Amino acid sequence: MNLLIIAISAALVNNVVLSQFLGLCPFLGVSKKINTAAGMGGAVIGVITISSAICSLIYDFILTPLDLTYLNTIVFILVIATLVQFVEMLLKKTSPALYEALGVYLPLITTNCAVLGIALTNVQNSYNFIESVVSGLGTAIGFAIAIIIMAGIRERIEYNDVPESFKGMPIVLLTAGLMSIAFFGFSGIL
Amino acid sequence: MGVVIAAAVVSITGLLLGLFLGVMGKKFYVEVDQKEIDVRNELPGNNCGGCGYAGCDALAKAIAAGEAKIDACPVGGAPVAAKIAEIMGTEATESVRMTAFVKCSGTCDKAKENFTYSGVMKCVDMNVVPNGGSKACTYGCMGYGSCVDACEFDAIHVINGVAKVDKEKCKACGKCVDICPRNLIDLIPYKPKAKKKYVVECANKDKGKAVIDVCSTGCIGCGICEKTCKLDAIHVVDNCAIIDYSKCVGCGMCADKCPKQVIHVHA
Repeated sequence: MNLLIIAISAALVNNVVLSQFLGLCPFLGVSKKINTAAGMGGAVIGVITISSAICSLIYDFILTPLDLTYLNTIVFILVIATLVQFVEMLLKKTSPALYEALGVYLPLITTNCAVLGIALTNVQNSYNFIESVVSGLGTAIGFAIAIIIMAGIRERIEYNDVPESFKGMPIVLLTAGLMSIAFFGFSGIL
Repeated sequence: MGVVIAAAVVSITGLLLGLFLGVMGKKFYVEVDQKEIDVRNELPGNNCGGCGYAGCDALAKAIAAGEAKIDACPVGGAPVAAKIAEIMGTEATESVRMTAFVKCSGTCDKAKENFTYSGVMKCVDMNVVPNGGSKACTYGCMGYGSCVDACEFDAIHVINGVAKVDKEKCKACGKCVDICPRNLIDLIPYKPKAKKKYVVECANKDKGKAVIDVCSTGCIGCGICEKTCKLDAIHVVDNCAIIDYSKCVGCGMCADKCPKQVIHVHA
């Protein structure tokens, strides 16, 4: 039950993009088409889940015993960068088609602050290993939901008669704001 | 002492992760043909897809594997083909430079409009609008510029209601040709300004009266050009004149005789 609450809270109530404002660059940059948005969402789900698992292990079994918890940011960044590189190699070898479809978005995840943000939040909330993994997975799914909805809306905005001064990024930011308000409604379910 | 331990932990972690990446890099190494890399460096890198492949990377792969011709890149043209030929160790064949051309001259003052239209401004969505847009002519350029959006080289623009190709900038990638819902854009051989080349700027396949009703400069399919031409280079097919560029020498006799002035010097 506790795990379910963590997952729902991470995915919907504390949605990483819409209520914590992390990972906004891919959210605004890669949300023009549903296909690429889904690709990005998938890649982020993989990376965030694995990275929160590894970061949690490192924190519990290396940093805490040695009393070096203040080093968590730099160590987590090392882990995330390595992981993204590794996922890239793995995909290139095992599934070139997926690798080409994701293209430049894969390395972009390295600079996605949501990945680091979740690893740090897990530590702050002193989650154990399993809770960290669930929280990471939930957060990543929340990110995927947000970016796919955003892409769907943006595909439709293309066909609307947007006033001159709102064309382009302004209307996208307004949309993001409205989505954020809508997601605020989830705070009642917990 | 604490500082030393902290430094040691970070450097050991970094070292281990680096080693891990190094080992995995060896294990998951994907072989890339050196030819492919060289060919890729010579290609323009616009990823326009004009060659029919997914992008410059995909074309480079196909060329290196011998699946695509060395002059397959329409953007790079002869200079790039020559360089790729050098890499591949074959002779470059002379390729004809092409340019896109819009077969319509129904500018705002010449083509009639059936109604005033406001709404979606994209040619590709116009099939839902009555008569396929406000222009009375159902063959002509709608002027909403889907081709302008498609062009990666800033070579096509809507001027006075009709798309015009800047033939110096055009790389003949064929994107506008594909996107035009009225199939108005053709690739024709490129001629420098000094050499005159004539083009029929109309694609209306209706009979004479119907054309005159919708546009003051449409081809009525009268066939005078066909009779004038001494070289059998212009023919009226489906009520619209078409020039055969393998025979045309650019004498301009057809343009002089055309009663609707729809044959122009290609600018």
